[in-house]
Amino acid sequence: MRELHTRLKNLFPLGEFTEQRPDLAFLTVPKEHLRALLAHLRDREGFTHLVLLTAVDWLEDGRFQLTYLLCDRSKRRDLGLRVFIPREAAAMESIHEVWPTAATYQRELREMFGIDFPGSPRLHDDFILEGWNDIPPYRRDFDTLKYANDSYNQRPGRETRDPATHMKQQLYPGGR
Amino acid sequence: MKEELLKRWVKGPDGVEFEVEPLRDYYCEAPPTVMPAAYSKIVESLFNWARSESLWILGFGTGCGAIEMRPLMTPRFDAYRYGVQWRPTPRQANLFIISGYLSVKTLKRAIRSYEQMQNPKYVIGLGSCTINGGMYWDSYNTIKRLDDYLPVDLYIAGCMPRPEALLAGFEDLKKIIRAGKGEGANQYAANFDWYKANQKKVIHDWDMPDYNW
Repeated sequence: MRELHTRLKNLFPLGEFTEQRPDLAFLTVPKEHLRALLAHLRDREGFTHLVLLTAVDWLEDGRFQLTYLLCDRSKRRDLGLRVFIPREAAAMESIHEVWPTAATYQRELREMFGIDFPGSPRLHDDFILEGWNDIPPYRRDFDTLKYANDSYNQRPGRETRDPATHMKQQLYPGGR
Repeated sequence: MKEELLKRWVKGPDGVEFEVEPLRDYYCEAPPTVMPAAYSKIVESLFNWARSESLWILGFGTGCGAIEMRPLMTPRFDAYRYGVQWRPTPRQANLFIISGYLSVKTLKRAIRSYEQMQNPKYVIGLGSCTINGGMYWDSYNTIKRLDDYLPVDLYIAGCMPRPEALLAGFEDLKKIIRAGKGEGANQYAANFDWYKANQKKVIHDWDMPDYNW
């Protein structure tokens, strides 16, 4: 992986490199170089499989992290590419031309995080949510509990216990 | 609303143009009506006994509980010996098992399936999720009380209930039907506006007729 990183460093301006395991590493990439790097990894380095594309909401930093996880089957190694985009009017270049499967992930991210991928096929079709009328639910400023209480009737009589204290009382009724 | 549901002009294969309004043309708009017992008590009791011995389940797994219905169809638990069997379409079924959590998207399909089933029809809520939301009690996308949206005859509690619990549930449902209390379809018809209001409160993109059999 380090050797791969050295090779890539000469070709692209890269950010932080984290080697999680001998067969798994993460690499931060500036967003304008992502597509070129993906095409290079796919065609020259044997990373032929896009495992997943997911997002993390770094609310405090005001940015989203997109993670493109690639797999090299012949050498049995995975490489994750991290891209940071601003949270305001979040948009990212679509990669459905590099991997057609990415279009599905991008549809999901558009719906769940509200990240726009201009040009991606069927991007604005409903994916999991139908008729959603609030901010995207995976954004961390979305209050799930409040939404659930407002939208759905709860059955009265439901009790919630803290698992740690409840089990302590069950196992040691006298207290210790 | 989806494009294929809008009113439009269509050219047929013979070149004749005609107007199509899918929501009116393809579905029935009439609300369901209450069907009171038609015969004397002794005949109705015979009918109810017959109904209780013919539970045909709609094979529609809405959540993880559907996995508990598979062993029931196989020799190990063999629900067929109790006069219970699974059918592939709503029109052939009279028992709808809501098997586990119900997301809003699935709720829409569940309502359409329920309304296509023929009277008399019964609903079983399987697992904690149908009773009070279960482990999804704070989820943004699953309903918490099934009886707000469909008339439920019987709940089977557990997360998940074992196949044996389902077999016991079938026997309890038979008792309910034999006692003449399996009146879910009539209850749905009598409180139709209330059920529809609840359903429309959570399904924001309502793009079907109010009653669509």
